[in-house]
Amino acid sequence: MKYRRASIVASILLLATAGPAIAGVLPDDRADILYHLYDGGGVTIDGPSILVRKKVGKSVSFVANYYVDMVSSASIDVVTTASPYTEKREQKSIGMDYLRGNTTMSISVTNSEESDFTADSYRFSVSQDLFGDLTTLTLAYSLGNDEVRRSDDDTFVREAERQFYSVGLTQIMTRNLIMGLNVETITDEGFLNNPYRTVRYVDSSNPIGYSYEAELYPNTRTSTAVGIRARYYLPYRAAIQGEYRFFTDTWGILSHTGAISYTHPWRAWTFTGKYRYYTQEQADFYSDLFPGSEATNFRARDKELSKFVSQNFRLQASYAFLQDGWGFIDKGTVNLIYDQLLIDYDNFRDLTTGALVGEEPGYKLDAGVYQLFFSFWF
Amino acid sequence: MKTTLIFRLLLTILLLAGLSACGPIEPWVKPYERDHLADPIMSLDPDPVSTAYMLHVFEAREGSRGGEGSAGGGCGCN
Repeated sequence: MKYRRASIVASILLLATAGPAIAGVLPDDRADILYHLYDGGGVTIDGPSILVRKKVGKSVSFVANYYVDMVSSASIDVVTTASPYTEKREQKSIGMDYLRGNTTMSISVTNSEESDFTADSYRFSVSQDLFGDLTTLTLAYSLGNDEVRRSDDDTFVREAERQFYSVGLTQIMTRNLIMGLNVETITDEGFLNNPYRTVRYVDSSNPIGYSYEAELYPNTRTSTAVGIRARYYLPYRAAIQGEYRFFTDTWGILSHTGAISYTHPWRAWTFTGKYRYYTQEQADFYSDLFPGSEATNFRARDKELSKFVSQNFRLQASYAFLQDGWGFIDKGTVNLIYDQLLIDYDNFRDLTTGALVGEEPGYKLDAGVYQLFFSFWF
Repeated sequence: MKTTLIFRLLLTILLLAGLSACGPIEPWVKPYERDHLADPIMSLDPDPVSTAYMLHVFEAREGSRGGEGSAGGGCGCN
């Protein structure tokens, strides 16, 4: 349940990012087998992700993905307000690309299941190459339907609907520079909060000085994100990439994301280093400690809605093998990626320190994210 | 204000798309000049499964979402 919001957006993007390299050419046939592991803040999540893409004839390409999150959580929220739990999320996606001239039309369907949450999404996009294939324009629309349940209450069922509108533009600027622009608006309507989450409020009748009550979010949200990135080919065969994203929504969250990466090939190896910086302002209805019970119309103490800075350091090594092919396989790569994630919360306080109520230090998260995957082209 | 900005951006894109129908625009980077852009190290998203996974990791821990979708490359060199 904790990961449901992300599952929806990322799952819709998966087949999109696995989509056509350019609108006038179908993507290569490939298979990816990935194992992922997240470890930090008392939470361990691991599992596989398997993707297969295959052309049928000259105009159609099919793609399918199977993804699993095995969650074992004793996070700061769980330690302070609930009991550790384990959870499994299973996600299946299928999609199809149809090429006609310089236009590619894509559809995909995704289903995500947890014991207390179901999400279905449907995506349609059109890509068009323009100006001698220097420009690729992509328009996309997605619809997502969620069903939220509670594991401790069979009668609790809530629904939410999400709609995604996006415009993407990829532009060749020079023979060494390519740029991408993406504008995406997402609207949500329905039950948008986590049914297990609680907020903290001052309660002098409680010996510890505070109590908890259920979160209450608005039932609508609209967000807009604008992302731009540029990748440049360096004279000695290496690449450098810069990215920036601006985000704002009707809940008052405003964020900036910046990233820079460097890719360096050496013989059969390719090495990449990346640094990502993210900062956000809190939602209007967020507070670490409300002055009393039901003090505001809407209330949240979800740390993802608080004010914080997140930094991410990445190292990636990729090794190409079977470069002369083997059987029906044209080539393969094995990849190892390590990401270190550091989040410094400004106003989400660490209650495990035992400090005075309202004066606890800000919580800090230090997590390691590992990926090992094989890719084959055939 | 934000809506106006997005509307203008969309209008500009549509106008550019419309222009393409008026007559061929000479590509300023010729197909035979796209060898660097065709190099695998220039792919904006070489590992889609990994990219989707990391988006999932970030979106589960941050209040933001969207704007990271890949519009694909445009090298026209395959």
